[in-house]
Amino acid sequence: MAKDILQKPDSLYDEFTRKPGSDPLTTHYCPGCGHGVVHKLIAEAMDDMGIRERTVFVSPVGCSVFGYYYFNCGNVQSPHGRAPAVATGIKRALPHSIVLSYQGDGDLAAIGGNNILQAANRGENITVIFVNNAIYGMTGAQMAPTTLIGQKTTTTPTGRSAENEGYPIRVCELLATLEAPVYIERVAISDSKHVMKARKAIRRGIQNQIDGKGFSFIEVLAACPTGWKMDPVDAVHWVNDVLMEHFPLGKVKDKNGDAPTRDLVAAAAKAQVNGQKVREIVGDSNGFSEHLSPPKTPTNYQSPRVKIAGFGGQGVLLLGQLLAQSAMVSDLFSTWLPSYGPEMRGGTANCHVIVSDKRIGSPLVSETDVLIALNLPSLEKFERDVRPGGVILVNSSLIERDVQRQDVEVVRVPVTELANELGQPKVANVIMLGAYIGYTKLLSEQSVLAAVGKVVKRKEFMEINRKALTCGMDYVRDQVDVGREAELAS
Amino acid sequence: MPRTFVKGNEAVIKGAILAGCRAFYGYPITPASEIAESAAALFPQVGGTFLQAESEVAAINMVYGAVSTGQRAMTASSSPGISLKQEGISYAAGSELPVVLVDVMRGGPGLGNIAPEQSDYNQVVKGGGHGNFKLIVLAPNCAQEMCDLTMLAFELADKYRNPAVVLTDGFTGQMMEPIELPESVTQLPTKDWAVAATPETDKNLITSIYMEPSDLEEHNQRLQKKYAAITEAEVRYDESQTEDAELILIGYGIVSRILQSVVDKARAAGKHVGLLRPQTLWPFPGARIKELAKTTKGFLVVELSNGQMVDDVRLALNGERPVHFYNRMGGVVPDTEEIFEQVEKVLAQLRG
Ligand SMILES: Cc1ncc(C[n+]2csc(CCOP(=O)(O)OP(=O)(O)O)c2C)c(N)n1
Ligand code: SF4
Repeated sequence: MAKDILQKPDSLYDEFTRKPGSDPLTTHYCPGCGHGVVHKLIAEAMDDMGIRERTVFVSPVGCSVFGYYYFNCGNVQSPHGRAPAVATGIKRALPHSIVLSYQGDGDLAAIGGNNILQAANRGENITVIFVNNAIYGMTGAQMAPTTLIGQKTTTTPTGRSAENEGYPIRVCELLATLEAPVYIERVAISDSKHVMKARKAIRRGIQNQIDGKGFSFIEVLAACPTGWKMDPVDAVHWVNDVLMEHFPLGKVKDKNGDAPTRDLVAAAAKAQVNGQKVREIVGDSNGFSEHLSPPKTPTNYQSPRVKIAGFGGQGVLLLGQLLAQSAMVSDLFSTWLPSYGPEMRGGTANCHVIVSDKRIGSPLVSETDVLIALNLPSLEKFERDVRPGGVILVNSSLIERDVQRQDVEVVRVPVTELANELGQPKVANVIMLGAYIGYTKLLSEQSVLAAVGKVVKRKEFMEINRKALTCGMDYVRDQVDVGREAELAS
Repeated sequence: MPRTFVKGNEAVIKGAILAGCRAFYGYPITPASEIAESAAALFPQVGGTFLQAESEVAAINMVYGAVSTGQRAMTASSSPGISLKQEGISYAAGSELPVVLVDVMRGGPGLGNIAPEQSDYNQVVKGGGHGNFKLIVLAPNCAQEMCDLTMLAFELADKYRNPAVVLTDGFTGQMMEPIELPESVTQLPTKDWAVAATPETDKNLITSIYMEPSDLEEHNQRLQKKYAAITEAEVRYDESQTEDAELILIGYGIVSRILQSVVDKARAAGKHVGLLRPQTLWPFPGARIKELAKTTKGFLVVELSNGQMVDDVRLALNGERPVHFYNRMGGVVPDTEEIFEQVEKVLAQLRG
């Protein structure tokens, strides 16, 4: 199985033509660099496991940014630290693919710390190869999160100190505290015995992905002779004698045996939905096909700009939506604009609704034709915005004082009490809607019921809402202004 | 045609799914969260992916990965989140990935507030990230366009292999209006550049790195050529009553809705006022504005910002006609009367 050590695996290009310069046969890595060895181990595994054509290699920012010079497979180069996020997007789009996410220690443990943590925690079905050389190689030997205490780098010129920089991070151990990862192992490539183990670990990590078992993570301790300012032989010794001491080799987590095999391709195929079904899901089936004609509305009440306000929980926003939707069902134009976000948590809510027989420009209601005030603060806040001749509907259960304006029509409806009498305090808003359309003849009862029908799915709630609507309409007819009735009918 | 009454934010997701988008990666933020919430509800039902990412940075990079494979994928956020996504956006522009994102703008700078502003114009239209790149930027002003322009964003992004942004605001996102669902896209374009984990695509590479300055210059020149082609072909705007207008109002998104009411009010008062509403902010309808300068006396640009789009209007006119500017910031939205007063003032000046 294993190829002659001098022969290039098929999964590496024979000639590195993507590399600028005149020498397409050698890599861009320094002599003694660990990256080249790790690349070869990965490529041999790709050959032997027969996955080259469906492998996507995600390269990081770091010395291995040029992974695509070498790997003979689909390549995606990712921003600094983001390889696990990029790999997530690839794997979820292509469940059949084998995604190898390759990162250095600065890339993975510093700038990308949260991305690897979260990908591991989600159990993304990817294989992560983490090359730990205890330094930032590419940018010229600065400190990495894995740099050892006392280790000199260009940004720790007197050696890393725990007081200033904290301690080197053991990423395997950190990730092993998470529930999801199936396999986490630290290996080295400092001699042939270690290389054999590294070779095995990489294959195991890839096999897990083929089997749909979940997240596998292989940390490889690797030399950076250039960054460490050592010759390659000393660098190997340093890995064995010093680095391994702080980063012990071996399996840190292994639940391979317990992890179930999953067929991601079949699962994705099963989830596919096409054509008409998509439309239904997106909302055609929720749409209104009704075209109900509105009643003859007196001029003063046509095309109103409505403001509805009250406590959060009084159904203010829903009242507005039902009003606007009923208008839509009646082939009128309508908009609904809410107060939104944390503002609502303070306990007040309001919304602006415009109903019009013409296309609506501004959806904002400042000058108000109709104010529906469900509590006292709402009346106090918005009373002055109502235009002369406009209408204020007041929840007289909660608002005892009179409306101060003398130049508006006032309709007082005790909607909280009426709702309690109906046995459902929640329908106070629908009673108010009934009062509004009853008083102004803006919309038909049927149009409101059609709107309610889309919002309320359960039959028994539909019934109580119908009662509430009638209750509001009856109330204004019987109580508010019997004299006005005659005028409206004419 | 059935009509559905939805929030602009929900309309975005309906459009996305009808456009064949099958992955959404996002992070919650007011006033954009309903986009993620609708995606969470609908994407799994159509066999797509919804994932709440660990940050906006992660989300844009997940989209980067997904789009690399040829999938239609998207993310959405609001201003602070867009600031975070800028690195990823620059990478997507450099790698020529048809990423689609939605920015439901809110008040800034910093944490600001959640009320509508238009202060991301510069960071989206001029490119907040590093490098010489352009994003295709679409500016809807109603729920129907939130759906339609999201679909168009996918189409244009794929057509030009370029990121496209739907730039909108808190009001347009939160407002509910009737929409009719457009026809679904049935034929997605083939993408022979994508890394699809197949034998046919195993030589494909998605990258934005060009180590040789001459190579990177060539890449940049190619991008600039592409941008010129987009400028040539994709400018979109909407005009109302500009033919005989003495004064033309210019505004996009929610502002254009208010301006429409201002025009109606002005016309009712016998004043010759018109409206130009850019639907594409990049490419910008500068040429059309220059043309209108021949027949009108002046322009009034209204923005919910310190004056960002107005720069593009001034550049287009190059001093040919006076450009007046009126703005509110911090999430304060002017009403029709407030702007109408400005219109009267400007008209008096123009006649003065
Ligand atoms: C956002 C950003 N910040 C900083 C850099 C510069 N940079 C390039 S590589 C690198 C560190 C790489 O170190 P490591 O991940 O350990 O990889 P190595 O080069 O050692 O293999 C840094 C900081 C960058 N490209 N992008
Ligand atoms: S700097 Fe270090 S990591 Fe980078 S190529 Fe050289 S030896 Fe390898």
